[in-house]
Amino acid sequence: MSGPSTYNPKSGFERWLDARLPLPRLMHDTMQTFPTPRNLNIWYTFGGILTFCLGVQIITGVVLAMHYVANAGLAFDSVEAIMRDVNYGWLIRYMHANGASMFFLAVYIHMFRGLYYGSYKAPRELIWIIGVLIYLLMMATAFFGYVLPWGQMSFWGATVITNLFSAIPVIGTHIATWLWGDFAVGDATLNRFFSLHYLLPFIIAGVVGLHIWALHVPGNNNPLGIDVKSPQDTVPFHPYYTVKDAFYLVLFVILFAGFVFYSPDFFGNPDNYQPANPLVTPPDIVPEWYLLPFYAMLRSIPNKLLGVIVMGGAIVTLVFIPWLDTSRVRSCRFRPLMKQFFWAFAVCCVLLGYCGAQSVDAARFGIPLVWVARIASLYYFAFFWLIMPIIGLIETPKKLPASIAQSVFGDNAATPAE
Amino acid sequence: MAATTSDAGTRRDFIYVASASMGAVGAAALAWPFIDQMNPTTAALALASTEVDLAAVQPGQQIIVKWRGHPLFVRRRTPAEVAAAKAVDVASLPDNNARNANVADGAPATDANRAIKPEWLVLIGVCTHLGCTPTVSTPAIPEGEYGGWLCHCHGSAYDTAGRIRKGPAPENLAVPPYAFLSDTRIKVG
Repeated sequence: MSGPSTYNPKSGFERWLDARLPLPRLMHDTMQTFPTPRNLNIWYTFGGILTFCLGVQIITGVVLAMHYVANAGLAFDSVEAIMRDVNYGWLIRYMHANGASMFFLAVYIHMFRGLYYGSYKAPRELIWIIGVLIYLLMMATAFFGYVLPWGQMSFWGATVITNLFSAIPVIGTHIATWLWGDFAVGDATLNRFFSLHYLLPFIIAGVVGLHIWALHVPGNNNPLGIDVKSPQDTVPFHPYYTVKDAFYLVLFVILFAGFVFYSPDFFGNPDNYQPANPLVTPPDIVPEWYLLPFYAMLRSIPNKLLGVIVMGGAIVTLVFIPWLDTSRVRSCRFRPLMKQFFWAFAVCCVLLGYCGAQSVDAARFGIPLVWVARIASLYYFAFFWLIMPIIGLIETPKKLPASIAQSVFGDNAATPAE
Repeated sequence: MAATTSDAGTRRDFIYVASASMGAVGAAALAWPFIDQMNPTTAALALASTEVDLAAVQPGQQIIVKWRGHPLFVRRRTPAEVAAAKAVDVASLPDNNARNANVADGAPATDANRAIKPEWLVLIGVCTHLGCTPTVSTPAIPEGEYGGWLCHCHGSAYDTAGRIRKGPAPENLAVPPYAFLSDTRIKVG
């Protein structure tokens, strides 16, 4: 799809620039004429939405860093000063804090879309793997950022997560000490987390560049999961998808603004409005919602090292999906069996998230939630390592349409009207 | 000429390999300062010690003081709590290691090896699972099934000698180095 360039410099300046730094050519080929399947639905607009989210986080973050003080004695007060004294500080901080949740909401939709339509399958394995890397970087960035306000959840979240490394045999405690720069989470830890929190978004931006580059070699997958066969199957990216992306971006921003203006602490934890106290752990430590499924897995395993391995394994597993799925058909639209297991998987993730938010010894309908989390964790791994390879071999997929154009216009529409 | 060419070839190969190796060694040597700078500074390493006054602590009560950035539990155990701790068969413990800086490494986790004076239990209040501060159990407000502590983060329960009995924590609560300066005063660290 990344065929010969169709850029045609018009003015003398454009020709001059094209011979020296062909940036307009790059933009023209990737964002204007780029041939895109004509059947992309709403779920394909989240790539653009995610780029927007990254931009919002970087811009609001740079501004917040102008007022924030990365010092264990001053950090909490500086955040309160941003909320009360800095002009529009409350707006910018609430955009940043809710922006993180919006970012993860969008990335989860984006990932489940890729999973449903088989977008990770050849020749798009690397796009998927780079995406998993972005997801990992996002989690690290979000974790570092959550520590910065230096409230109770910040402090104890940092303590619990950095202690995960102490589960590694022999060198574990040395790694934890190295991460802390002290014998406990403290001022040194806060300073380095701030440094990394500022750095990582720019790394993410770079890796997003690779993600898009890798996408533009084979081009977009589509809800049918079949290859583009003729120019009839595609439309130019601009204006068709720039407008579609913009429309859904506006809807997304309405939701985002709803949280920022009407329920800015919806995703927050009230304990984080208490300054960090190294001597008192809050009664229930809960991570941000987007990490809850993994937290539930960690808690459901009654062994420290094993719990950490399972939690890490849940993320590492994602890298292998392109090879675990043995089906020849990409899209779940044509996979009647896989479709059911996919939705069961989605329910399992939500269930894990719910269990992670409850206290350790909670029970519902007489069932201890720790057992619900254990069974859901089991299904999480079984879905990828057993169900995916086996279903791909035994399932009889439905008949695929001959082409994207045929599925859009019907059999007799040879030349569609543009 | 042929001989010179092949000589020059091997000599050039040697220079390539030697300079690349030196470059790699140099890069590795320079990497270390950038890794080690993250370890605790000399100021953090300077051993801090804390003195704790025990006079006001009542039987059955626990006080928490800060030591090297960690909470330190000082608990005055009731005779019943000491008896409960002594009654445990150490062979049945998940972690039969005293974890006490004041006794030999690897000593069994008997109650005698956990406290210098049976009445006073001094522990680092850091759950050995993921570092939360466990909540103390009292007869009025029990925490966990073993009368010691319960960590609310992930459900690890400790007994009245601070030994892990149930849950994901792998080790007993650690006993820091400490000494009695008098009957009512200890020095920790």
